[in-house]
Amino acid sequence: MLKIENLHASIAGKEILKGLSLEVKAGEVHAIMGPNGAGKSTLGNVLAGRPGYEVTAGTVTFNGINLLELEPEARAAAGVFLAFQYPVEIPGVNNTYFLRAALNAQRKARGEKELDSMQFLKVVRGKVKAMGMKPDLLNRAVNEGFSGGEKKRNEVFQMALLEPRLAILDETDSGLDIDALKQVAEGVNALRSPERTFLVITHYQRLLDYIVPDYVHVLADGRIAESGDAQLARELEAHGYAWVREHVAPGVEA
Amino acid sequence: MATQPEEVQAALSGSYKAGFVTNVETDTLPPGLNEDIVRAISARKHEPEWMTEWRLQAYRHWLTMKQPHWAHVNLPEIDLQAISYYSAPKKKPKSLAEVDPEILAAYDKLGVPLHERNKLAGVAVDAVFDSVSVATTAQEQLAKVGVIFCSMSHAIVHHPELVRKYIGSVVPQGDNYFAALNSAVFSDGSFVFIPKGLRCPMELSTYFRINAGHTGQFERTLIIAEEDSVVSYLEGCTAPMRDDNQLHAAVVELVALDRASIKYSTVQNWYPGDENGKGGVYNLVTKRGECRGPDSRITWTQVETGSAVTWKYPSVILRGDRSSGEFYSVAVTKHYQQADTGTKMTHIGRDTRSKIVSKGISAGNSQASYRGLVKVEKNAINARNHTRCDSILIGKKCGSHTFPYMEIKNPTAIVEHEATTSKIADDQLFYCRSRGISEEDAVSLIVNGFCKEVFGELPMEFAVEARKLLEVSLEGAIG
Repeated sequence: MLKIENLHASIAGKEILKGLSLEVKAGEVHAIMGPNGAGKSTLGNVLAGRPGYEVTAGTVTFNGINLLELEPEARAAAGVFLAFQYPVEIPGVNNTYFLRAALNAQRKARGEKELDSMQFLKVVRGKVKAMGMKPDLLNRAVNEGFSGGEKKRNEVFQMALLEPRLAILDETDSGLDIDALKQVAEGVNALRSPERTFLVITHYQRLLDYIVPDYVHVLADGRIAESGDAQLARELEAHGYAWVREHVAPGVEA
Repeated sequence: MATQPEEVQAALSGSYKAGFVTNVETDTLPPGLNEDIVRAISARKHEPEWMTEWRLQAYRHWLTMKQPHWAHVNLPEIDLQAISYYSAPKKKPKSLAEVDPEILAAYDKLGVPLHERNKLAGVAVDAVFDSVSVATTAQEQLAKVGVIFCSMSHAIVHHPELVRKYIGSVVPQGDNYFAALNSAVFSDGSFVFIPKGLRCPMELSTYFRINAGHTGQFERTLIIAEEDSVVSYLEGCTAPMRDDNQLHAAVVELVALDRASIKYSTVQNWYPGDENGKGGVYNLVTKRGECRGPDSRITWTQVETGSAVTWKYPSVILRGDRSSGEFYSVAVTKHYQQADTGTKMTHIGRDTRSKIVSKGISAGNSQASYRGLVKVEKNAINARNHTRCDSILIGKKCGSHTFPYMEIKNPTAIVEHEATTSKIADDQLFYCRSRGISEEDAVSLIVNGFCKEVFGELPMEFAVEARKLLEVSLEGAIG
C-alpha cells in the first residue's frame, strides 16, 4: 500500500533523509523511532507534502500512485492524513465548518457526493460520541485556546472523521500526561482496521505500550538503521539510542 | 467554500463580477464645475430657493479649499473640471413599473431585490444609478407606520422642513474638501426618517451604482432616528470596470436622538482597478453620525473590498450622556489598491462608550492603513474606549499601517488600544490543505475566521454576501 524507495529529502538545502526505504502493508501499524534530528518528522511532512521540503531522489508509491506528484490536498483526498506534532490554531473558524469543508473537499475530489449540513451534523455528532469528545468541540474554533492534550485529541478526532487509509501520527504523544496519552491511544486503537495503515512517529516506547505496533523501525541519520517488532522498542527504551549506533548500525552517525 | 460548486464556479469565472456597463440614455451635464452648474443641478431637481443657496454657499467655501494630502495614499490631483456632475437616465420613472428595464436588469445582475419579491426578503431598497434614485421599494408599507424612506431629491421637495433642519447639522458644508464639493453638487441619495418610538419593521437598503463614464457620484444620505426609535440600514456599491478613474465623494449624516439606535452597514465593492493599478473608483467619503440625545447608539459596520483609493472614516460624535458608538470594519486591499480608513470617536457627554474593531487584509502590492482618532473632551467624565486593530498580510509586497491618535482632555477617561499584524501563516495553510481543503479555499477560510467578529455585526443575509465577496476578492491572492 505504501512503498518508499531510496528517499532523499532536504530542507533549506540541508539533506535530512538520505536514502530511506520502507514498505508498509494495509492494516499494519509501523512505529518510527529515533533520536532527535534523525528525520522522523521530516518523513511525516514529506509524505503529507508540506511546502519547503525538497525531494531530491527516490520514490513514494501509495496504492499504485506516485504520491510525490500530488498537492497536499490531493494526497488528503487519496487517503493520507498527518496528525500534527504542533496542531495549528485557526482563530474564528468554527470546527464544524472546518471539518465539513475538509470532508466535502475530499469527497468531491474522490467523485463522491458531498454531505449537506444536516447529513454532516449527524455524522460528526456520531463521531464526537464514539470518540468520547466533549460536544462543545464542534462550536469552538479550530484548536483555538485548546490545551496541548485537547489539540492532540482533536487530531485523532479529525482522523476518525476523515477515515484515512494512511494515518501518520507525528509525535502525537509528546507533551501529554499519562491520562491524555491513554485517551489518544484508545482513539487510535479504535480506528485500527485491516484497511487502515498507521505510521506512528515517536521518541518514546511509552506510547507503544498502548498502541502496540506490528513493526518498529529505528531511524538514524536519515535512513532506517534497524527494523524489528515491538521488542525492539523495549530494548531501545532500556539501552538508549546510543545502543543502536554501537550494536546495530556501526558507522551510522546519528 | 467548496460546498456549493456553482458558487465556486462563479467565483473563479471573473474577479470583478459587477464590472458591466448598462446602455441607458442619459441626461448628462457638460463636464466642469462653476456656479451655473450648481444652479443647473438644483434646477433639474426642482429644488426650493434655500437649497440652491445652501449649495452655492458650499461651492464658494469649496473654492477656498485645497485637496488634502495627509492620508497614507497616493492620490493624484483630481481634475474636477474634467468630470460631469450630473448624469441621469433620460426616462423619468413615475413608479417602479416604469423603471427602465435595462436598469432593472442591471440591478438584477447585482442581486439587488428591487421587485416585489423584496417584500418577502423583508428589505426595502432605494437604488441610485449614477446620479439619481431610480426606485424605492416598499415605500407605502413603510409610510403606513410613519417611516419616510425616499430619495434625497424627493425629500427636499416633499419634506423640506426635515431636510432643512438636519442637513449639514452633522457634516457642515465646509467640513472638508470633498464634503464641501458634495454639498455643492450632490445629486441624490437616500433619506430616512424614523418617528418617535418606532422600531423600523424592515431593513432599509440602498444600492449605489456608477454607470456612466467620466461622471462623479456625489450622493448624500441623511438618516434621522427620533426618540426611542431603532433602524438598521445597509448600503451596497458597485461600478463597471473602466480604464479611467471614477470619483465617488459621498456624505452620510446620521442623527440619533434620545435613546435612538442606528445601525449603518456598508458592503462596498466599487471597481478596484486592474492588477496593474489602472482604473478604479476613488472613494472619498465623509460619514459621520451624532448621538445627539442621551442613551443613543450608533454602529458603523463596513466591509470594503473595492475602490482604487479609499479615504473614509465613519465617525461618531458622542454628545448625549451615556451614548455609545461602535465601529466594525473589514478592509481588503489587493493589486495596487490603497485604503486609508478608520474612525473618529468624539466623546463629549458623560459616561460615553466607544468600541472600535478594525480588520485589515492586504494582498498584492496594496497598502492599507488604519487611522483612528479617539477624542475625549473636557467634560466627558468616565469616557471609555476600546480599540482593536488586526491586520493580515498576504504575500511580501503589501503593507499595513496603523495610525492611532488620541486626544484626552479628561483624566477619568480609560482608552485602550490593541494592535496586531500577522502574515497568513504557512502553517495554517498547510494544516487546511493536509485536510483536503484547496489553497484558495483555505485562504478564504482563514480570512473569514479573522473577520468573524465584524461579520457577526452585519444583518444575516448581508453577512453571507460579505463572505462571498471576500472569497471573490481574495481569489488568486496567493502564489
